[in-house]
Amino acid sequence: MTNHWIDIKNSNVIVIMGGNAAEAHPVGFGWVTEAMQHNNAKLIVVDPRFNRSAALADHYAPIRSGTDIAFLLGVIRYLIDTKQVNYDYVKAYTNASYIIREDFDFHDGLFSGFDEEKGAYNTESWYYELDEQGYAKVDDTLQHPRCVWNLLKQHVERYDFKTVSNVTGTPIDDYQTVCEMIGSTHTKNRVATFMYALGWTHHSKGAQNIRTMAMVQLLLGNIGQLGGGVNALRGHANVQGSTDMGLLAQSLPGYLKLPSDKEPTLEAHLTAHTPKPLRPGQTNYWQNYPKFFVSLLKSFWGDAATAENDFGYDWLPKWDQMYDFGKHIDMMYRGQVNGLLVQGVNAINSMPNRNKTLKALSQLKYLVVLDNLSSETATFWQNEPGFNEVNTAEIQTEVFRLPTTCFAEEEGSIVNSGRWMQWHWKGANAPGEAMADSEIVSGIMLELKKLYRDEGGVLPEPVAAANWHYAIEHNPSSEELTKELNGYDVATRRQVSGFGELKADGSTACGCWLYAGSWTEEGNNMARRDNHDPSGKGITPGWTFSWPMNRRVLYNRASCDINGKPWDPERTIVEWKDGKWHGIDVGDFNMKLTPQETASPFIMQPEGVGRLFALKLLKEGPFPEHYEPVESPIGTNPLHPKVVHSPVLRWFEGVRETLGTKDEFPYACTTYSLTEHFNFWTTHCRLAAISMPETFVEMNEVLAAEKGIKNGDWVKVSSKRGHIITKALVTKRLRPLQVNGQVVHTLGIPRHGSHNALIKKAYTCNVLTTEMGDANTGVPEYKAFLVNVEKAEGI
Amino acid sequence: MAEQDIIRRSGTTDITPASQARVGGVKKVAKLFDATKCNGCKACQVACSEWNDLREEVGEFSGSYQNPPSLSPECWTLMKYNEIEDAGKLRWQFTHSACMHCADPACLKACSTAGAIIQRANGTVDFDSDKCIGCGYCASACPFDIPKISAKDNKAYKCTLCSDRTAVGLEPSCVKTCTTGALRYGTREDMLFYAEKRVEELKARGYKNAGLYNPEGVGGTAMMMIFHDINDPESYYMPKDPQVPMATEIRQDWLKPLGTAGLIATAAFALMHRITVGRNIVEEDQPGYIDAAAEKEEDSK
Amino acid sequence: MNRRQFFKLCAAGAATSAISALGLMSDKAYAAVREFKLLRAKETRNNCPYCSVGCGLLMYSQNSGGKNSEHAIFHIEGDSDHPVSRGALCPKGAGLVDYVNSPHRLQYPEYRAPGSNKWQRLSWDEAFKRIARLMKQDRDANLLQKNAAGVTVNRWLTTGMMTSSGMSNESGIATQKFARALGMVAIDTIARN
Repeated sequence: MTNHWIDIKNSNVIVIMGGNAAEAHPVGFGWVTEAMQHNNAKLIVVDPRFNRSAALADHYAPIRSGTDIAFLLGVIRYLIDTKQVNYDYVKAYTNASYIIREDFDFHDGLFSGFDEEKGAYNTESWYYELDEQGYAKVDDTLQHPRCVWNLLKQHVERYDFKTVSNVTGTPIDDYQTVCEMIGSTHTKNRVATFMYALGWTHHSKGAQNIRTMAMVQLLLGNIGQLGGGVNALRGHANVQGSTDMGLLAQSLPGYLKLPSDKEPTLEAHLTAHTPKPLRPGQTNYWQNYPKFFVSLLKSFWGDAATAENDFGYDWLPKWDQMYDFGKHIDMMYRGQVNGLLVQGVNAINSMPNRNKTLKALSQLKYLVVLDNLSSETATFWQNEPGFNEVNTAEIQTEVFRLPTTCFAEEEGSIVNSGRWMQWHWKGANAPGEAMADSEIVSGIMLELKKLYRDEGGVLPEPVAAANWHYAIEHNPSSEELTKELNGYDVATRRQVSGFGELKADGSTACGCWLYAGSWTEEGNNMARRDNHDPSGKGITPGWTFSWPMNRRVLYNRASCDINGKPWDPERTIVEWKDGKWHGIDVGDFNMKLTPQETASPFIMQPEGVGRLFALKLLKEGPFPEHYEPVESPIGTNPLHPKVVHSPVLRWFEGVRETLGTKDEFPYACTTYSLTEHFNFWTTHCRLAAISMPETFVEMNEVLAAEKGIKNGDWVKVSSKRGHIITKALVTKRLRPLQVNGQVVHTLGIPRHGSHNALIKKAYTCNVLTTEMGDANTGVPEYKAFLVNVEKAEGI
Repeated sequence: MAEQDIIRRSGTTDITPASQARVGGVKKVAKLFDATKCNGCKACQVACSEWNDLREEVGEFSGSYQNPPSLSPECWTLMKYNEIEDAGKLRWQFTHSACMHCADPACLKACSTAGAIIQRANGTVDFDSDKCIGCGYCASACPFDIPKISAKDNKAYKCTLCSDRTAVGLEPSCVKTCTTGALRYGTREDMLFYAEKRVEELKARGYKNAGLYNPEGVGGTAMMMIFHDINDPESYYMPKDPQVPMATEIRQDWLKPLGTAGLIATAAFALMHRITVGRNIVEEDQPGYIDAAAEKEEDSK
Repeated sequence: MNRRQFFKLCAAGAATSAISALGLMSDKAYAAVREFKLLRAKETRNNCPYCSVGCGLLMYSQNSGGKNSEHAIFHIEGDSDHPVSRGALCPKGAGLVDYVNSPHRLQYPEYRAPGSNKWQRLSWDEAFKRIARLMKQDRDANLLQKNAAGVTVNRWLTTGMMTSSGMSNESGIATQKFARALGMVAIDTIARN
């Protein structure tokens, strides 16, 4: 979230799209009902299903799953056409006026530079025209035909109401109402927020879904404002922290980059990731990349990291391609992987295409599962007719199942979606011999260090260098680990008070630069519990620590005009008055400078403005474009039939054969969470199991009647990849949609099926889903695929 | 432990009322359920079971989000779901179903066991299950179908409005956990004030039939409900005009005092009779012969 | 109601109320509320481990915290001081005590041998030794030190790690250091799935 949960109360229009806050984040959703009751806010819900968020919405609009980009590009067209744009904001704080290279182009669904053979773009042309000093050329009058504003207008021209409705299935009346409600926030005294989650990321163009919404928010001037922003609700309790910790294939903590093969030296790496300003006088905050990166290396390797050895740069692994879950499971499936450590993940149920995952795990030599519950992943070798059919004796995998503590039995910090680093305390000992994850990892690490020390081996240096100097080596305390994350002066061991103190010369060490300030010499700022809200705007500066630097609303410089005057005095976050800055929040800029010097609020960008044109950052193109889900219920793309789905998808070998067509599998299907359950964890909790004892498939009354299926009947749902047998819930909450001259029926399956828990034995929906996913992130398309359904015998 | 704040007690007449010295300054309380703010999340239902240490059996899907299928001795709060079409628009309606804590509680009136059902000065109705004999009168009398008799111990159970929490100054568990503010708890006066304001807000938002469900037939309830459409309580699975059943009324308000007076008169008469006439025997088919088993059977028909 | 029923009702009502009115019932006629179960329980603050709202929790455990007793958690409710959740918890959070005390919580390290159909218990020390040995064997055999172009890449692809996004930052950084020091690149978090 750029903003935070409480801030939703400041919104005038709340759009829940690509998420279902009432069900998946009910307590956070409490701030929506707060805004509705006390701020007269209006709630819009756009979703294939009339869900529990829709139940409280002022307006619900149905949408065909996987068509959000078309929906939102139509909103952009509407905003531009009806001049419902915050022009002052757009001119000052976005790249609308920036001029794009002459060779940039888009037609028939493809941007310039497409290489058909590689299925990828040469992104050279997706860039600004630069002047002699290397600065981007701009036209403040927005007249230049190739300035972003005019290219955008041209790009969205195709998305009129009729076209959008024809693609999305959203009736025109509903769509127009949504456009009008969103458009109403272009004024300076009204702000909209968008709340989204996995309903947007679980698509073959998930990143572009989110980006399109961010563009809407920029046009309306809603980013950096109280009650506005781009608000990822996030799934697990510490999704934010896990990504902050860089637990991704190509990341390091604090969104630093894991080096690639193309960066053979530290210098090459730093050069590649330290941008030059694209406009004069920019903050260009990533210019500090070397300070953060070298401090991280010092934190990793300790004394072994020296200027002479490039601070141990060579010891970091380098990537040649993205080895995310999808890729690595595919490698396992092909027998290219020997070992897998699974830390708190029920992989066999959570990953797409369960039958493939099952084969993949069966190929491993060893599998180590760290978990506090008995998941189906650790027992993948157990034969369970119907649910998990394997030949146990043939599976040669050694499996270790290691019990871990749960939240209640440890202390430490987790980060909520508002970036609050919240410290929690231990209330009880873990059952039996369970250990904290960090203790288990330390146990294995120390044993490896010993083996390499005693026996030698391949590249023993990083194993020896890995900084594991804790008071109790095999059981680092949360305090020690978190102080390492905050960062310290190497010579004095003094905790730094902020990332401004980090240096690129090896004199500071910092595990995650964004966390600097969380545990300073003053103590643990994450444990602070002063819930006072002095401004009444929901900013509680004394409660925990919000990264970065306890800032609650990111990009808050954008809440004022270029002269430092708030767009809306009722929403003042920071303000230039009497020759200096005042604020209820920590300014997201240098508060010692004048308004004009700081009038580029998006400080992480080298041009300081929000990008309506994304340059080369996303694989599908600098503007979003509607592409069909990989499995499309209409089998074509009404906008450009030759480019049906994203042209840059990652195709694993043989995956094409696992995709169904609409002739064989005529119904769209989507998956989601129910409010009673959290993935598969709560299937092991009696209270949750009582409140929702079994999964089901939801379908509309028309389809059910066609198929002779009655509410509660057993049905078989099949995709090209497998089938499940479950019970039908026939409901008015799903309805047939008119799309491109045909009727599209959507089925919905909750993702809480489990055969080894306290609920009634059930299939997981991921028997049906495909591993095809977003080209940027590898996230699978769990939310839009094709199935067939028929009545069946019960299980 | 004597609460000494009991204003009404089952199976009791005014001759030996419950101890109620400590009612001074006790205000009537109420729980307010606002169906227009509810997201149907079931937090209330789970928190109720958690606080009260109740664990119903894990059931199965039976065509609805509603689970378990009904209130039970081990499920005292249950979310109910209904799909309504109102002027062409779909509404998914949620009802927080639990004891209504009637001001004029039929269960208490129907209960013949002294002190098994009580009403406290704050207006809540509580079961003292240890005293319950499992006759089921409360369950059959309740116009909201709330009390449930346990097959395990043959006692009646229902929501206590967390009397063990409210007694120490905490709100009921369901209210505390409510995610959207659809449940509120406070003095009855405050809840009525809030409800009135809320209904006005809803009317301004376009729900012209919004209203408060606080049925008079049971003297008003300490759980009140705000509905989108007050004219259609059945769509929330609530009776339109709940009443204390006639038979219960007759027993409580007329027969019991009469019975007490009668017994005293009978005793006096018997004494006189004994003195003047000597022993007599009441025949089985004559009025006055007591056969509880037959009575129960009769009642359940 | 017919005449006979009316009489029976009269009779039953008269008899039961009269008997209780005269104090013939054996039960005490006082009603008491259930004792407040948290009275001296140890209270610990925490955050809900499910979604990213990060609701505040109050966890209650048995016993005084003294050294001779085990403090099992028996009740969890919302923390009203928490500015986001203000005491509220969703149904998952409201039922957290059944996660902490789930009958399916793992208790001991266990091992399944190749081809076997059962778990066997093993000690932590045995587990660490065996796992470290397997990892070292694989790493020594398969760590790619240089790519085809001769660039030092030091990547180990034949073992990977799937990580939780429920664990704390502190466990997260331990995992990050562990995995990268060994040369792992195939690391992902369930954050996105």
